[in-house]
Amino acid sequence: MNKLITKLVIHGTIILFIVFLLFPILWVVSSSLKPTQEIYSGAPTILPQQITLDHYRTVVDGQQLFRSMWNSVIVGAISTLLVILLAVPSAYAMVRYKSMVNNAILGWILVSQIFPVILVMIPLYVMLRYIGLTDSLTGLTLIYVVWSLPFVLWMMHGYVKSIPIELEEAAVIDGASRSQVIITVLTPLLLPAIGASALFAFISAWNEFFFALVLMKSPALATLQVELARYTGMEGQARTGPLAAASVIATIPSMILFISLRKWFTTGLVSGALKG
Amino acid sequence: MTDTKKAHTLYSKKELGQLQLLMPVILLVTVFSLLPLLRGIYLGFTDYRLGDPIAFNGIDNYIQLFQDEYFWSSFRIGMIWTVVVTALQVSLGLGLALLLNTKIRFTAFYTILILIPWATPPIIRGILWRQMYEPNAGAINILLTDVGVISAPINWLSSFEYVIPAVIVAGVWGEISKAAIFLMAGLQTISNDLYEASTIDGAGIWDQFWNITIPVLKPVLAAIVSLTFMWNFNTFGIIWVLTQGGPGGLTRLPMLAAYEEGFRYGYIGYAAAIGNVMVIILSLILFMYIRVQLRERNES
Repeated sequence: MNKLITKLVIHGTIILFIVFLLFPILWVVSSSLKPTQEIYSGAPTILPQQITLDHYRTVVDGQQLFRSMWNSVIVGAISTLLVILLAVPSAYAMVRYKSMVNNAILGWILVSQIFPVILVMIPLYVMLRYIGLTDSLTGLTLIYVVWSLPFVLWMMHGYVKSIPIELEEAAVIDGASRSQVIITVLTPLLLPAIGASALFAFISAWNEFFFALVLMKSPALATLQVELARYTGMEGQARTGPLAAASVIATIPSMILFISLRKWFTTGLVSGALKG
Repeated sequence: MTDTKKAHTLYSKKELGQLQLLMPVILLVTVFSLLPLLRGIYLGFTDYRLGDPIAFNGIDNYIQLFQDEYFWSSFRIGMIWTVVVTALQVSLGLGLALLLNTKIRFTAFYTILILIPWATPPIIRGILWRQMYEPNAGAINILLTDVGVISAPINWLSSFEYVIPAVIVAGVWGEISKAAIFLMAGLQTISNDLYEASTIDGAGIWDQFWNITIPVLKPVLAAIVSLTFMWNFNTFGIIWVLTQGGPGGLTRLPMLAAYEEGFRYGYIGYAAAIGNVMVIILSLILFMYIRVQLRERNES
């Protein structure tokens, strides 16, 4: 009997936490489905009384938001591709050749985390302006590559380390060159790691706000996060419904990522902390 | 160990090969990360404004910062925000992790639900809470009016009285999941034998928490506290959406202050100086953390 009560208390407390954590999301999903007059009726209910997809239609039809979403997809996809192309051979080189360069790179990965982005952003902005890459998707892509590279390299380094060297030796004895080893032996074994890192890199770019805010000035080039933040400014009031709908759409990619990668996220950080 | 040796015999003749493979990364990191960072630190000692020539001005920026009331209030709110959000996030996260680590059903299902706020991009978190705090159509005012706590709607995000607690609630909301998930993984490394043995010895739940859970969890806890501290100190997006630093600069965190000085008013040198002070504060805190860690390691 006593045990049953303890269990009920535990379930109850967890559910209270979950109510707090999910309520704002429920509220916005619900707003995204309510007709505008219901949102401003003075006494809106938690669940919509009348369901409409109008706000979602507005978002999809509205060129501006759709274009910003497309910008985010392009910047995210290209920077992800580049990060992976850079990280796989580099991680291989760091694991298979032992030299001082490795420690320098790993050290840099850690140190670079301490510095606030503002300190990097200021000179980077001056430099990109000089070569004409501010207010350009190319410039933003470049920044995202450099920005997610440390973490992806760190992940990849760990994965390559776990691959036994015997497989490569066999290939070398058969006469394979170094690039053949990377492409035919290493890459297939790394596919799950590549998938995880690619998702991570894509979502970092998809969610990023500060660099995009500083760099992208013309409305046509805004990324999704910048566009959404703009709607909360002056003209924010009238747009509650479409803004709610856009927020729901914008959250879906990261939701999928987090739920599929949650095991990886936790084990990575904790083993690092225990070793350190 | 054997791997290292084999790697040596297999690859030793190609030491240049490593540099070839690493060259793109080294170049990219040097040009777009290392040099800009060094340059950024240097700019903090100049009076640089966009378009003007750069002139070194020693510690002038820091003397000015020292006398700048906006700077002090920004760092004060920055510290309040960072300490309160980190403390609430880690303690609530630990509570949640402990509850989820008990032998009950549905924990996998609960965990997925708990992940959802963390999976929400910072800008969207801001939008969610703006809609929650909306004076006339927001859930908070409606619920509080229904329960009878307030009689007139409160404009949470423009009120000098309520804005700080309001943004802190929104900030903590998005960060609890992260702490809970990391701490859960830490708790799972604690062997059950320890608890069973102490139960036989007659220890209560409270004793077990202080004598087993906390000591074993300490390295993970310390790592999470210092990481979240750094992240929270650098918060930008969610506050930008919620208040843009207002009302009256009351929620102007250091990153917002640096952004405004640098990219709104064009005082690049001054903004870089704010960045430098942020680095010094973070390094001091990390240094203290490492010292405590080392001291404990030597004692044990």
